[in-house]
Amino acid sequence: MALHHTGLANAASIASIIVAATTGDVLIASAMRQIGDLDEIKAHSGLIGAIKAVITNARFFCGVTAMAVSFFSLLFALSHADLSLVAPASASLTVVTNTIAAKIFLKEDVDKRRWIAALCVCAGVVLLAH
Amino acid sequence: MTFRRYLVLAFVTVSAPLGDSFLDKGMKQIGPVSLAHITTLFHAVATPWIAGGILLLIGFFASWLTALSWADLTYVLPMTSFANVIVALLAKFWRHENISLSRWLGIFLITAAVGFVMRGPSYTEHEKPGPARAPAKSPEGVCL
Repeated sequence: MALHHTGLANAASIASIIVAATTGDVLIASAMRQIGDLDEIKAHSGLIGAIKAVITNARFFCGVTAMAVSFFSLLFALSHADLSLVAPASASLTVVTNTIAAKIFLKEDVDKRRWIAALCVCAGVVLLAH
Repeated sequence: MTFRRYLVLAFVTVSAPLGDSFLDKGMKQIGPVSLAHITTLFHAVATPWIAGGILLLIGFFASWLTALSWADLTYVLPMTSFANVIVALLAKFWRHENISLSRWLGIFLITAAVGFVMRGPSYTEHEKPGPARAPAKSPEGVCL
């Protein structure tokens, strides 16, 4: 029974890392799309103008907050489970959830090529962790 | 995609594992930090390896944001995953660690993924909502 609870706790903590990391990545990517090409902004307004455009964007701050939540979820998960389980599980599944979220929320053109790439990265990260 | 943009992607790939390695080397030199001497961490920031690691990670974040401003998240993600391959190769050729067959397979899969994605378009163009088009008119001003 205790083993069952431990497994559930591990799954829940890994799920919270994945949800927070995906939210952070999608929000930051959405913020950068909203801001526009940083190279062009830098050419017009200089480096200070580009930094100002990023740090004054509310969506960017929400993304950074979500990334911070993901980081603390990782620390919490590591206090319960082994690094060899948490790191590959969260890293590989985040690639898949990011691809799904990018398709739904960012309306990215995720074609067959990108799906295969996401699945290859997912499997590759798991194999590298062994 | 220009050559400069490929350089930014290469920096995204290389800077994160290099920054982590610098931090690892710096903290190994300092040794274990106990809660009673937590201020050691502030002094650690001033050491060359830690300072270099922090600079590299700041550079990683800046280049990651730059890449996301002109490329899709699903295009940039495999590039960042390639960092895992660099860590494994550093372990093999710098630290002379043994790489198992499954790790070589993992390296192959991630490299293949980067190759797949790089051959496709980097950015999804979205149609911006423009002003409503006025109905076409004849030279006499009559709507057609």
